[in-house]
Amino acid sequence: MKIGIYPGCSLTGSARDYNESVFALAEAFDIDFVQIPDWNCCGATAAHNLNKELSLALPARILALAEKHGLDEIVVPCAACYSRLVVTQHELKKNPELKNRVCEVLNMDYRGTSAILNVIEWIDKYIIPKLDGKISNPFSHKVACYYGCLLVRPDKVLRYDRAEDPQTMDIVMSKIGATTVEYPFKTECCGAGFSVSNTDIVSKLSGKIIEDAEHRGAEAIIVACPMCHSNLDMRRNDINKYWGRKFNIPVVFITQAIGLAVGLPASKVGLKRHFVEVNIS
Amino acid sequence: MARIGVFVCHCGENISATVDCGKVAGAIGELKHVAYSTEYKYMCSDPGQNLIKEAIKEHNLTGIVVSACSPRMHEPTFRKACAEGGLNPYLCEMANLREHCSWVHDKNELTTEKAIDIVRTQVEKVKLNSALQPIRVPVTKTALVIGGGIAGIQSALDIANTGHKVIMVERSPSIGGHMSQLSETFPTLDCSQCILTPRMVEVAQHPNITLYTYAEVESVEGFIGNFKVRIRKKAKSLDEKACTGCGLCTTKCPQKKIPNEFEQGMGMRPAIYVPFPQAVPNRPVIDREHCTYYIKGKCKICEIVCPTKAIRFDQEDEILELEIGAIVAATGFDIKHSDFFPEYGYGKYKDVIDGLQFERLASASGPTNGSILRPSDGQVPKNIVFIACAGSRDPAKGIAYCSKICCMYTAKHAMLYKHKVHDGKAHVFYMDIRSGGKNYEEFVRRAIEEDHVNYVRGRVSTIYERDGKLIVKGVDTLLGAQPVEVVADMVVLATAGVANQGAEDLAQKLHISYDSHKFFAEAHPKLKPVETNTAGIFLAGACQNPKDIPDSVSQASGAAVKVAALFSQSELTREPLVAVVNRAAPPLYSTCVACGMCISVCPYQAIDTEEFKTRDGKVVKKAARINEGLCQGCGTCVALCRSKSIDLHGYSNNQVYAEVVALLNEF
Repeated sequence: MKIGIYPGCSLTGSARDYNESVFALAEAFDIDFVQIPDWNCCGATAAHNLNKELSLALPARILALAEKHGLDEIVVPCAACYSRLVVTQHELKKNPELKNRVCEVLNMDYRGTSAILNVIEWIDKYIIPKLDGKISNPFSHKVACYYGCLLVRPDKVLRYDRAEDPQTMDIVMSKIGATTVEYPFKTECCGAGFSVSNTDIVSKLSGKIIEDAEHRGAEAIIVACPMCHSNLDMRRNDINKYWGRKFNIPVVFITQAIGLAVGLPASKVGLKRHFVEVNIS
Repeated sequence: MARIGVFVCHCGENISATVDCGKVAGAIGELKHVAYSTEYKYMCSDPGQNLIKEAIKEHNLTGIVVSACSPRMHEPTFRKACAEGGLNPYLCEMANLREHCSWVHDKNELTTEKAIDIVRTQVEKVKLNSALQPIRVPVTKTALVIGGGIAGIQSALDIANTGHKVIMVERSPSIGGHMSQLSETFPTLDCSQCILTPRMVEVAQHPNITLYTYAEVESVEGFIGNFKVRIRKKAKSLDEKACTGCGLCTTKCPQKKIPNEFEQGMGMRPAIYVPFPQAVPNRPVIDREHCTYYIKGKCKICEIVCPTKAIRFDQEDEILELEIGAIVAATGFDIKHSDFFPEYGYGKYKDVIDGLQFERLASASGPTNGSILRPSDGQVPKNIVFIACAGSRDPAKGIAYCSKICCMYTAKHAMLYKHKVHDGKAHVFYMDIRSGGKNYEEFVRRAIEEDHVNYVRGRVSTIYERDGKLIVKGVDTLLGAQPVEVVADMVVLATAGVANQGAEDLAQKLHISYDSHKFFAEAHPKLKPVETNTAGIFLAGACQNPKDIPDSVSQASGAAVKVAALFSQSELTREPLVAVVNRAAPPLYSTCVACGMCISVCPYQAIDTEEFKTRDGKVVKKAARINEGLCQGCGTCVALCRSKSIDLHGYSNNQVYAEVVALLNEF
């Protein structure tokens, strides 16, 4: 089974832990990932703030490459990359003129035929059906599933999960033995890119997300986005300083949790790379 | 020899701005058989009409073409002028130069040429017009009022008081509608039940009103003055004549855990029940969906305890066939419930309730006997938040319109809360306060100034529960979009008013139009607000759009007057533009071969078969026959007739061919 994967910048940099867990999981379930050859930046936040054509052309090139290499399905673990790719496919489908213009700019053929899967969709389709008998170490913890913004929004484009109070991560976590808490902060803003330019905003917003999860008795926050993870985990010291408290709750990628449940060692799924110690297993 | 008069209207500048009216009149005047051609600024005005009348006499005209606007607006005006000029009104045709030409084209030569072409076709058509006589049909002087809420009640009483018979159909077991659920009413705070229940009793006792509750309209056929309506009386499982309304059965019924619709699910009711103590009629019905006997085949406790042996388990639905002259649709509205709002918890928080639920909490006859207690634990909420505009004015939710009543009832709710919980704090989040209406603005000011309700201008983004409290996160746009967080004990959503369940289905049965929100459509938004596009069917109350009680009652009386005006005539005249099957002298009788195709396609069931018999009773010929009272002139049968035996008065095949040929021939 050959599935394309688009790692984007995060998974090769600040989210190597996420990357390791995704690949470890693929290996454990005999999934053959093909990294899209010669992939480029998805444009992230910068491109669509500056130039619409550029913001569509960058993801379109990635998708065109996937098509060229016969990849009918590509997994995009980073929620921001996922959003850019899906939005591009949507916009170009809606507007054939724009599509022709983008093809001209790229000097490539883009048809929009590759299916784009976020990490939960990938888990749902390829991991969950094969889970039977594989869980050697059930993840029996109370967890708060934090979806962030880009995994479920904009609702009209993604049509993935419900935009308010989404459920897909909760369902996956319950299948590996976790109990999920009723958590109203599932899609609250973590501060996103302010992580770099105005850390105080992140300290305030991410702090609320962490505080409520702890308050509801969660032992871990489960995420599926490198940006959410870096704000909740890497910025923990700033958050603690801002709030004048010490939050200990670890932040775990959903792929790491599944990895642990199927018996992969903590080091194999990148758990040793976290800033906040993950003392659950 | 035809002598046609042509009158070209400028319609102010509506036509003359892009069409050279003088040139049109001049060119048409050159045509053969056109005896007179002129232009005028406003043909529909009094001098314009006089122009027509005088020209008919002076030029001895045999037909006229008024080249003006769409016939929808002024055809009756010009036909009347024609008749007053001494010419049969059906010898008048209209060429639509406004909607079909001047409004949709720029000013140039081609536009004027097109106008000339349009007039030419009508000149050719009118030459073939024949003088027609209006059809007279009798009027059945009985009105049907659908819906027993305050609008239906008002309409029924007003019609009945003019001396005409009224049949009222209500689908629930009692009349009263939403108004019977309300605690107090704005802007006077008088008790809703106290002003409504006397009206309900009046309906039940009025000699001219026949009331069918637990009944629905099954089908509607016919036309103004002559509707045939089938009503399904659902089985109440009760002999209403034997029942005394003692209520013993309702207290002994072992099934007591059915959510009470009247209490908006905040109380329970048995399977045999009267919806509320003041119900009219005050007789129970058995809810067969939940009754133990109908589910499991045994129980019958109600039958055992009934002192008058009134229970009838084997009763069946009954279909009534009624002759009706006019119909008032007063089927009311519904509201969105709290589960419509994902951001407010999809209805999973017990203490986030809707406006009607609050009405029941505040009502002396409600589940808490009028004490404001929150549903989750029965405690008095000390901090309460009201959200006006929950769903309304929110295109993202699919409801772009204002529900109109929420601003006022939210002010009332906050006021009632403050009157009952003196140490409580009430907050209202609002977009705008829309309090247009007599004494309405004063009422809202009272809530703010005398009862100290905290009004916050801004919307609420989310509500969530934490440690048994509801955290309401919103924004105060008057304080520079500052985020506001209220820790509340209870939240009341003024949810959007929406079309009632089954509205679309009923509109289709009545053949009336409805808008994209399934509210019934009026014939004209300003000048015909109580009429529908179907003659003889009128609207009252919130089935048209959300309305408060005064507006519903006013409109209901308006609808009643329309019905009374209709019933003041002994017969109605109808346009004679109907289809006819040709007839000829024996032995042909008709070119129709009675194949029956037209019978099966007629949407109005207006066609049957006529038999021609010899003196000794032998059938020698069969042919289709069209009932001119039922025919609406749609022309479906004409298009389908294989032997070309059917023609439509006013739009005969020859007339239509003449129009086409006129267009094909170069001018």
